[in-house]
Amino acid sequence: MIPAPGLAGGGAPAICNGSSLCQPGPSMHIPLRLTLNGQAREIVLDDPRVTLLDLLRERLGLTGAKKGCDRGQCGACTVLVDGRRINACLTLAVSLDGAEILTIEGLAEGDRLHPVQAAFIAHDGFQCGFCTPGQIMSAVGLIREGQAGTDPERIREGMSGNLCRCGAYAGILDAVQEASRPTGQVEQREDAA
Amino acid sequence: MTATATPLNPAAGTRHGSSIGQPLTRRDGPLKVTGQARFSADNLPPGTLHAALCVARIAKGRVTGLNRSAAEAHPGVVAVMTPENAPKLAQDPDAKAGPFIFRLDLLQNDRVRYANQPIAVVIAETLEAATEGARLLAPTYATETPRIGLDAGDVFTPDSVGVGAAPSESDGDVEAGLAAASRTIAATYETPAQYHNAMEPHAALAQWDGDRLTLHMPTQGLAISQGRLAGLFGIKPDDIHIESPYLGGGFGSKGVPSGPQVLACMAAKLVGRPVKLVPTRSQMYGPMGHRGPTRQTLRLGTDAAGKLTALDHHILTASSSFDDFFEPAGRATSTLYASPAIAIRHEAVRLDTGTPLFMRAPGEATGSVALESALDEMAHELGMDPLEFRLANYAEVEPITGKPFSSKALRECYRRGAEAFGWAGRPLQPRQTRDKDGFLVGIGMGTATFPALIFEGMARAEIRADGTGTVELGAIDMGQGAWTALAQIAADGLGIGMEALTFRMGSSDQPNAGIAGGSGHTATAGNAIHAAAGDVIAQLAKLATDDPASPLYGAGNAGVTAAGGRLTRQDDSSRSESFADILKRAGRASIEGQGEADADPAAQKSYAMHAHGAVFAEVKVDPDLGQIRVSRLVGAFAAGRVINPRLVQSQYYGGMIWGLSFALHERAEMDPRTGRFLNDNLAEYHLPVNADIPAMEAILVHEEDSVVNALGVKGVGEIGITGTVGAIANAVWHATGVRVREMPITLDKLLG
Repeated sequence: MIPAPGLAGGGAPAICNGSSLCQPGPSMHIPLRLTLNGQAREIVLDDPRVTLLDLLRERLGLTGAKKGCDRGQCGACTVLVDGRRINACLTLAVSLDGAEILTIEGLAEGDRLHPVQAAFIAHDGFQCGFCTPGQIMSAVGLIREGQAGTDPERIREGMSGNLCRCGAYAGILDAVQEASRPTGQVEQREDAA
Repeated sequence: MTATATPLNPAAGTRHGSSIGQPLTRRDGPLKVTGQARFSADNLPPGTLHAALCVARIAKGRVTGLNRSAAEAHPGVVAVMTPENAPKLAQDPDAKAGPFIFRLDLLQNDRVRYANQPIAVVIAETLEAATEGARLLAPTYATETPRIGLDAGDVFTPDSVGVGAAPSESDGDVEAGLAAASRTIAATYETPAQYHNAMEPHAALAQWDGDRLTLHMPTQGLAISQGRLAGLFGIKPDDIHIESPYLGGGFGSKGVPSGPQVLACMAAKLVGRPVKLVPTRSQMYGPMGHRGPTRQTLRLGTDAAGKLTALDHHILTASSSFDDFFEPAGRATSTLYASPAIAIRHEAVRLDTGTPLFMRAPGEATGSVALESALDEMAHELGMDPLEFRLANYAEVEPITGKPFSSKALRECYRRGAEAFGWAGRPLQPRQTRDKDGFLVGIGMGTATFPALIFEGMARAEIRADGTGTVELGAIDMGQGAWTALAQIAADGLGIGMEALTFRMGSSDQPNAGIAGGSGHTATAGNAIHAAAGDVIAQLAKLATDDPASPLYGAGNAGVTAAGGRLTRQDDSSRSESFADILKRAGRASIEGQGEADADPAAQKSYAMHAHGAVFAEVKVDPDLGQIRVSRLVGAFAAGRVINPRLVQSQYYGGMIWGLSFALHERAEMDPRTGRFLNDNLAEYHLPVNADIPAMEAILVHEEDSVVNALGVKGVGEIGITGTVGAIANAVWHATGVRVREMPITLDKLLG
């Protein structure tokens, strides 16, 4: 069964010696301490094969990050780990003990959207919305990296790890540019064309 | 799993007055930017098991062995579903009962018909265990030689192309027209197999309760899916409940249920628990459809003044060995240019691949590449400007049928697009311009077209005594913006503000709103909403105008208008009454209405109905390396009434980016010996990234159409691709002097 999240585990991680005790399952206890969207979490994994993406989506109920390829090729699973954007699908959860993780669910402050989130709405930076959590986390990471500023070419380049099949790239560029401006504040527009 | 689609917070779009025509932001926006929009695979009811597919590593033959015991022994594995134990179906999945029924591989035998065909399903407590279990099956095969590529099969004429269209069309004598021409050209163009690659895989989360099935599944057609599943499982469509509130893209690939989605239902039946099955990206290259490859030969003849005397379009395409979908690539040729003689003929071969399917602008996208390239080649032959050549052959009535167009603002599209782009003064000869960095610069254009379709759809509407209203229908938002645009139509239809509207869609429990495809969903669902809301307003008007106590007494249904939650006399705007007052006085809690939309056979018989556009492209090519960059794209489109210009602009951009992708990026590569894919992933199947996308402009050209449907809406979802591919191909020729006739245009083809 899916282990209940948030329970502190007992004992050290199992070392595989080929016995059935080393098989993933109820007998395996891998404790993991994470700061997840600002909250300290203690998680016991029963399987070392679990990626960060599958931990978030299938075990912790945080389904904002999406699985588009599971190979680090599409960027839909982008989250921030210790402030850096990574592909959650390429990261084994067991490698993240002590890490600080920010997902799309942790970006807004209550009902107040993060400036990047508001800018994606204002500039129609998405259509189907499936790649959007990854795009937004990537944009937040890019802005924090201070690499791109408002230069369109550098934003396009810096956002090119995130595929959008609907083709919302123009709106994504406009949104990231707007959110990159020093004031960082985005007017919540309804009707600007 | 019984909750209906999450009602959206309408606050994002609060406005007063008419909602149609306003560039409201997406009503589903707040949910989508916060990660709260629940896509199918985001659901996980208690007790859910995870399933993983094992797929064929050969393209043709039989499965001779599966190491079932190894998979079953893996910790966490609950069941292995193979042809030995797969639930038997009520209907042969190869039985064809209609044009939207496609043959499926559902573990009913050991046969392999294409690479990546599902051959087993492993069901486990965790995704990790299911995935490892599927790997442990280590299948063995009896392999046969597959037929791969357009030269591999025997050529035949299919009974129909696309969905039920004739394989051949003609008017006049093409051979005579060519013989009489002062100039002729003939050229052959090729387009590759392409895969939809919606970002969201074709997930399914299935749960049985006796003979009732609940499914979270992205689908572009709720009722089509219900019907297909009902047939396969021998249950009533009403006993299948499908939730599909958000699609992570569809592009045609989610128009019908795919085999793996049905397998999820079978797996849930086998184990008696909810099962979630999400195919991997590579597993989507095979059982989910694709755009079939084409080889197209165009022969054009003109007189000395540049008027077409003949237009001949021959298409060779391919379907699978076991089912029919033939890319209808001649469609644009039958509508775009005037010629006294036109002939269109499709032929096909059968290959050992998955069955092709409709993929964004099926037929128009592929055909327009060849047609627009050939037009450009002929313009060069004549020494004419390509835009002037198109205007010289402008179709005032639809060629072949001779029908008038219900509306056609294509001249205005040409004019506005050319002006915004700066087309005037383009050198006639290629390879004339370099930018400051020494790159070769070229510009090209193409005409865009897509039919204005409408399907059968229904909607339900209600006004309540508190003045609020509800509209619901099984409409689908796959990114085009149905949650917003249809709500705008609903609010206007009921004569209330967006803040007073509850709008529900995306569930099979709601009235059937038809398929979200063919660029016809806004027309279909929108007109059904318009009719349902009109039914409510008519009942409300009858209550009021029959009631001597109402200020509207005696005005009659046609004598009042609905807006702002009130009915108002047309002849005296000072006399009005709120919906709430009308209902309260009548002692009614609410009034419900229903409406339907469908194609109007009389209009179809008398008129040709299409959206049109013109696309202009600038490319820069590295003269030494052949690297191609699109530097500017301008499209001007006329598609009837615009419900929400912000969303329509995004649809045009998306279509134009698909055109860019078609021209320069996409191609599925198969090993011709094994029939297996070489690039069934998002790294090697090239799609454009943000850095590939130039400055774009999409101009919304005004067009009114009182014939096409009551709302005057044409479609905008697919047309953007159609002119763009040719425009870019023509711009590459103009930059380099090299005419590449095989898509995608890659640097090796320029250097070769």
